[in-house]
Amino acid sequence: MSIAAELTGGFSGARVFALVRRYVYLLRASWPRLLELIYWPAVQMVTWGFLQTYVMQTSNVVAFGAGVFIGGMLLWDLLFRSQLGFSMSFLEEMWARNMGNLLMSPLRPLEFVAALMVMSLVRLALGLGPVALLAIPFFGFNVFSIGLPLAIFIANLVLFGWAVALVVSGLVLRNGIGAEGLAWTVMFIVLPLGCIYYPVTMLPGWLQPISWALPPTAVFEGLRAILTTGDIRPGLMLWAFGLNIIYVSVSIVIFLLLLERSRVAGSLVQMGE
Amino acid sequence: MTAAMSEPSSHAVRPAIAVVGLVKSYGANVAVGGVSFTCARGEVLGLLGGNGAGKTTTIAMIMGLVTPTSGSVHVLGADMARDRYTVLGRINFESPYVDMPHRLTVRQNLTVFAGLYGVDNVKERIAQLASDLDLHDVLDRPSGKLSAGQKTRVALAKALINEPELLLLDEPTASLDPDTADWIRTHLEDYRKRRNAAILLASHNMAEVERLCDRVIIMKKGRIADEGVPTDLVARYGRANLEEVFLDVARGTEVPA
Repeated sequence: MSIAAELTGGFSGARVFALVRRYVYLLRASWPRLLELIYWPAVQMVTWGFLQTYVMQTSNVVAFGAGVFIGGMLLWDLLFRSQLGFSMSFLEEMWARNMGNLLMSPLRPLEFVAALMVMSLVRLALGLGPVALLAIPFFGFNVFSIGLPLAIFIANLVLFGWAVALVVSGLVLRNGIGAEGLAWTVMFIVLPLGCIYYPVTMLPGWLQPISWALPPTAVFEGLRAILTTGDIRPGLMLWAFGLNIIYVSVSIVIFLLLLERSRVAGSLVQMGE
Repeated sequence: MTAAMSEPSSHAVRPAIAVVGLVKSYGANVAVGGVSFTCARGEVLGLLGGNGAGKTTTIAMIMGLVTPTSGSVHVLGADMARDRYTVLGRINFESPYVDMPHRLTVRQNLTVFAGLYGVDNVKERIAQLASDLDLHDVLDRPSGKLSAGQKTRVALAKALINEPELLLLDEPTASLDPDTADWIRTHLEDYRKRRNAAILLASHNMAEVERLCDRVIIMKKGRIADEGVPTDLVARYGRANLEEVFLDVARGTEVPA
């Protein structure tokens, strides 16, 4: 089928719900999976919280007191986990050798993608929600005090996480489970380039345009502006949102192209390494 | 069952499967080299051949999991290259190349697949399948903790969840003990009669093929080497059974005049 036909075909919320139910069953059946969701964000929060407390006591730089570190950490983890939550649900199908069952059922690729997006949100809520709440009593940082801009930050980060996850999932479909390492590592390129803990101006001049081409850069610049000066910079959010529309659209097309290439290459029959 | 399961009467005479000039090449390697056949509604068609003969690739192309290099596949009247989603709810399959998620219970797995196939009255359908396939004792056990025979029955339950008009089975009784295998064959015979379903059966078990199939296709090196009604093939080759015919074809023995 053509990519256009895949994009314009029917869409069933019932099938999306059926697949989401499958992932919820899986989470419910495995306490280690649930623990894993919250473990690493909690460790990160404690580490950066103590670091911030220490730096606050030894420096008078206002950014430290405003929660730039711990806020950056929470939103970085949200970005990483939005991608990982999508990719992990996808990889579960590869590990379970269930992909053939799904691809030969009436489930359409875009319904599959929608279910993975829903699960990404579920996993985010389960993993980061409690950690964000714990940061309030432990380190006096209330990320929710940012208000509406926080929702816009989250939306932009999640959209970018999904865009990356779509490409990674397509590559795993095309190249087999041997490519799964990408799911764990590819997002880390955003750690230096997305300027999570420092302003874009810290980067060399030639690297700054590349950094601005990444939606997270605008989000973290916006976060720093709010936390240090209280300024809300809607232009940054519009820039990030515009980029995300492009990235998500392109990544969906790439995913569908890689799925079609997998059908041509016969790699869906042999789902091993 | 599903809304998609009723079809216009004008399609009623179209075969369950119509394959024309099907080719699949991977570079210089030709996995399937120009295969044409049909499978009528209600017919059980056997797809035989040694390892690497192209059976699984042919089935994968019929299901739309592999894109043919050339040729066409029509299933229940739909062109699988363009319109596969219009019929995927009316067909189903069982294959050793896929598995059910191990951590989910049998009931959870069947519930999920019932949702994907748009089955109404899911609880009743699962209860019916549990009764038909003797699954009551395992419904609430994780799928990964079942015996081989139980797993096969669960896989068959998944394949029958939408009461398919066309069932594709790739080695459905492989690695089963004779009693369980016989039990599965009996159930398939009953299902075929009850639903007038077409079944495409790939198997290495010639006794199973002789028992279940109205007609067989024998593949060799990606091509159809011979085809016909099992009893006719046995008579034509002057052999005692289909297994001897299969060996003649596999080894390139001349057909006796």
